[in-house]
Amino acid sequence: MSAPAIETDRGGAQLEAGLDALETGPVEARPSWWRRTLSSALPPAFALLSILLVWQVVEVTARPDTLPGPQEVWASLSGQWQAGRIQHAVLTSLERGVLGFLLSAVIATPIGLLLARITLLRRAFRPLISGLQSLPSVAWVPAAILWFQLNESALYFVILMGAIPSIVNGTISGLDQVPPIYQRVGHVLGARGLTLARYVLLPAALPGYLGGLKQGWAFSWRSLMAAELIVSSGDLGTGLGQLLDQSRTLGDLPGVVAGIISILLVGIAVELFVFAPAERHVLKRRGLLGAHH
Amino acid sequence: MTVLDTMLRRSSSLTGTDGVGPAVAVRGVSKRFGKGPIVLDDVSLDVAPGEFLCLLGASGCGKSTLLNLIAGLDKPTAGEVSTPGHRPSLMFQEPALFPWLTAGQNIELALRLRNVAKKERRDEAQRLLSLVRLEGAGDKRPHELSGGMRQRVALARALAQDSKVLLMDEPFAALDAITRDVLHDELTRIWEEVGATVVFVTHNVREAVRLGQRVVLLSSRPGRVVQEFTVDILHPRRIESPEVAALSVTITEHLRTEIRRHAQPSMVLA
Repeated sequence: MSAPAIETDRGGAQLEAGLDALETGPVEARPSWWRRTLSSALPPAFALLSILLVWQVVEVTARPDTLPGPQEVWASLSGQWQAGRIQHAVLTSLERGVLGFLLSAVIATPIGLLLARITLLRRAFRPLISGLQSLPSVAWVPAAILWFQLNESALYFVILMGAIPSIVNGTISGLDQVPPIYQRVGHVLGARGLTLARYVLLPAALPGYLGGLKQGWAFSWRSLMAAELIVSSGDLGTGLGQLLDQSRTLGDLPGVVAGIISILLVGIAVELFVFAPAERHVLKRRGLLGAHH
Repeated sequence: MTVLDTMLRRSSSLTGTDGVGPAVAVRGVSKRFGKGPIVLDDVSLDVAPGEFLCLLGASGCGKSTLLNLIAGLDKPTAGEVSTPGHRPSLMFQEPALFPWLTAGQNIELALRLRNVAKKERRDEAQRLLSLVRLEGAGDKRPHELSGGMRQRVALARALAQDSKVLLMDEPFAALDAITRDVLHDELTRIWEEVGATVVFVTHNVREAVRLGQRVVLLSSRPGRVVQEFTVDILHPRRIESPEVAALSVTITEHLRTEIRRHAQPSMVLA
């Protein structure tokens, strides 16, 4: 190669490096962690305060005999906490919910994969799965009691019937959303069948699948609560649902509201500490996270 | 050398062989999808080993279809396509990098699917990244790279298949002019370095003349080989050079004639 040609080549490399630098740009500095925490914690705190305020106003002006005020509920919450009943109920319910959810995921994922890839199966079963998803899982409780009597199996059965359809649906739509070009690239690179699934389709479907899991957890939790409200016996551990029902039988209105709040708080905690970070992690790696997160 | 020297050879005259068989052989290929119109009609084309061929045509000439047939992603309705000894690699207009992998991992996946041993993959990926001048970008994720850089990673991934045949489907069409210009230099340099056979599809006449040793003009609906042009302009070429411009004018004239045939009388009057 002649001297001028080498010169041009070096010039080309420099031109390219310049373009790369210009087009990728400097990385924006992230605000400090306390500023981020503050800006994400303040709005919910404000919302909570407003709700408490409205609650207090309604309690005072409207019907003080049927609606317990924030203080009464707080007293009930802290009393039950000191007696250790709430902690125990939360742990009992969480154990059931998590176990039932994991079992549902293990059963639902392969079903979802099969339905997504085999058109005939999908045509046959998709309407049924979607139907089951909209069937309130509390409708399974009477059958569960007759089949399994009043024990844990009945609770798990209701959780499975609630969570499996939504995880199956999530898996299917996760795979449906994989851009066709990824599959073509996989083909060009020589990936077929299981190899294609492992290296291309499954990782590509992960965000949708994660959405399905999240919904599956929500269904597990609400199915369990419905079941616990109805299924209770001496040999069965006391979950949040059972605790709530006990308060009802005692006519303990602050206890009932405290129970509702406990169930709500567990839901918020799981979303906040499990699913939101997982989702954020997956989306961030793929550059799919908007500026508002 | 004048422009006239570089011009017009009828399609069938060039066989592209000097004792060696073609790297890509397309023989009497026709394609229609289902009962739809004929997309490709009796296309025959030989690409010699190490040749840089540009396929040029307006919309509806079936150039992408032809590339998919050569890549083996689809089967011809009639005729035969062969790429002796090679599974061609293919680049698209979109980089189509996998967003869950880093740039380096994208290349390593191509190596893994080629059954390259694990300990060699890292070094080989690094070598390919420096070939496209992206040494430092191996740990970056696709969304952190510019469009041009992504397309270079895609090129490195295509080269990772170690195929001697590289098919490119308008790979630079979505890039801005300066980036495209730089990538033309880049591709020419790598083509000379690697010695691959390139089939490059484009609707951009100047790009075809800038890159190709031979430009094949396809008609539209159905796609047929209309004309071939040999490009004898020496490298390094520039897209704005008078030689490239002159041949582009000639080819554009043919392309326009080809497009005019599709005008409907009523539309011309209006």
